[in-house]
Amino acid sequence: MLIPCPLCGPRDLREFSPRGAAVTLERPDAEALPEEWHAYLHLRDNPAGATRELWWHGAGCGAWLIVERNTVTHEVIGVSLVTGEPEQ
Amino acid sequence: MSPVARLMSRRSIAMRRHRCFAGGRPAGSGMRYNAFQILKQGLAGNRGWRPAWRKPDPKPEYDVLIIGGGGHGLATAYYLAAEHGLRNVAVLEKGYLGSGNVGRNTTIVRANYGLPGNSQFYSHSLRLWEGLEQELNYNVMHSQRGIINLFHSDGQRDAAARRGNAMLNQGDDAILLDRAECRAMLPYLDHDQTRFPIYGGLYHPRGGTARHDAVAWGYARGADRQGVDLIETCEVTGIDIAGGKVTGVQTTRGAIRARKVAIVVAGRSSQVAAMAGLRLPIESHVLQAFVTEGLKPVIDHVVTYGMGHFYISQSDKGGLVFGGDLDFYPSYAARGNLPMAEHVMEAGMTLMPMLGRARVLRSWGGIMDMSPDGSPIIDHAPVDGLFVNCGWCYGGFKAVPGSGHCFAHLIATGQPHPAAARYRLDRFETGRGLMDEEGTGAQHNLH
Repeated sequence: MLIPCPLCGPRDLREFSPRGAAVTLERPDAEALPEEWHAYLHLRDNPAGATRELWWHGAGCGAWLIVERNTVTHEVIGVSLVTGEPEQ
Repeated sequence: MSPVARLMSRRSIAMRRHRCFAGGRPAGSGMRYNAFQILKQGLAGNRGWRPAWRKPDPKPEYDVLIIGGGGHGLATAYYLAAEHGLRNVAVLEKGYLGSGNVGRNTTIVRANYGLPGNSQFYSHSLRLWEGLEQELNYNVMHSQRGIINLFHSDGQRDAAARRGNAMLNQGDDAILLDRAECRAMLPYLDHDQTRFPIYGGLYHPRGGTARHDAVAWGYARGADRQGVDLIETCEVTGIDIAGGKVTGVQTTRGAIRARKVAIVVAGRSSQVAAMAGLRLPIESHVLQAFVTEGLKPVIDHVVTYGMGHFYISQSDKGGLVFGGDLDFYPSYAARGNLPMAEHVMEAGMTLMPMLGRARVLRSWGGIMDMSPDGSPIIDHAPVDGLFVNCGWCYGGFKAVPGSGHCFAHLIATGQPHPAAARYRLDRFETGRGLMDEEGTGAQHNLH
């Protein structure tokens, strides 16, 4: 599996660490209900097909990436940088 | 021991333990297996053997529907009939019986867990394993050859001693091996390797292996003989719910009604649960395994090398069966990537340099239902009449008898079996009773 890093180009899987579904970017407000925190921390759609994940290019440029990937075929569909701006 | 001698030695035990099949046996097609049958069928040119289970069409309604014809689903069906007298039961399998993870694992059977909840459950499961062949009248090749978990530092020795004490306390066996004992039992390891020299091992003599497919087949045959309908190539496409209660399922072979529906489809739990509007605390990951060409007996036990994320045993056919850790990204591909394959081979070569002389025949991946704390779930779903059994992480095979036994108890009585009472679905939401065996935190991506 090659992941095309927006900064470095296509790089080997060994350079990256997966960090799970990209829902981790959608942190609830501090006042959010316990159910929302439970959903954020534990519940997952876990799709068989296209998914959005957070990966870290730790052995490369160190950027955090949003990787769109197919969990059935391992095809990487698209990669973008995590901007630090809240998701719309 | 030859297969005939093996069967004969078990026959007297089997004759005394036939309660499961005694009395009013319904439509099942199987015959009892024993030495007399082997002789009789052999003399008749082996033309008299019949299929081990029927191929029924689905009826319009059942008391209980079990979604998933793998090891856990078939065991659940078996114990529903054998222990609770529920025989109007169907198992719905989208492929063929045992076509999923029950045939894709590395066949290890053990009860070496340390935390309350896991401890009594796996102990319960191991005791069921020990009577399984007599119970099912089926040779599942359960072999208690022993498991040795190696350790490589004083701190790890302390942790192994603590775990061993927990195993003794739960009523199972554990022996702490020192350096010399380990060397005598496992002379083929590189004990003085510079990376992780071997300080000793925690030996679990009652641990071992079993023939994975035979476990599915044995439970399938046992369930069928008691009237359970095993319906293959029947994929569930929807779960019918009315007024907060389950009323049945939609399948590729038509609608089937039932008041109780059990989801036991580890590897596809999220997809099936979504049909009932549920999101589960599960991520599906790939775990790779490897097998070499058949060799003469060389590895007598199951050996685990935690520091290298490596474990190995030798199948009765002679292949060296080994594996490592997850690839660590979610996957349903049932195959992994090369970096983890390379890592497993490196760890194997570090521990056991002779491994380099064997040729790897094949590798594959299983789809692991990973829960946040690394422990499974056997519980009511938040819909009346719906039950869920999932989250077996990389430990589902050894759990098959215990999982089926406890899940059947829950479905039949509505109450959790004491051995599985802590496998609650809501433990992540409440934070009570998390079973984080590795001590890394109850979060996805850490187990």
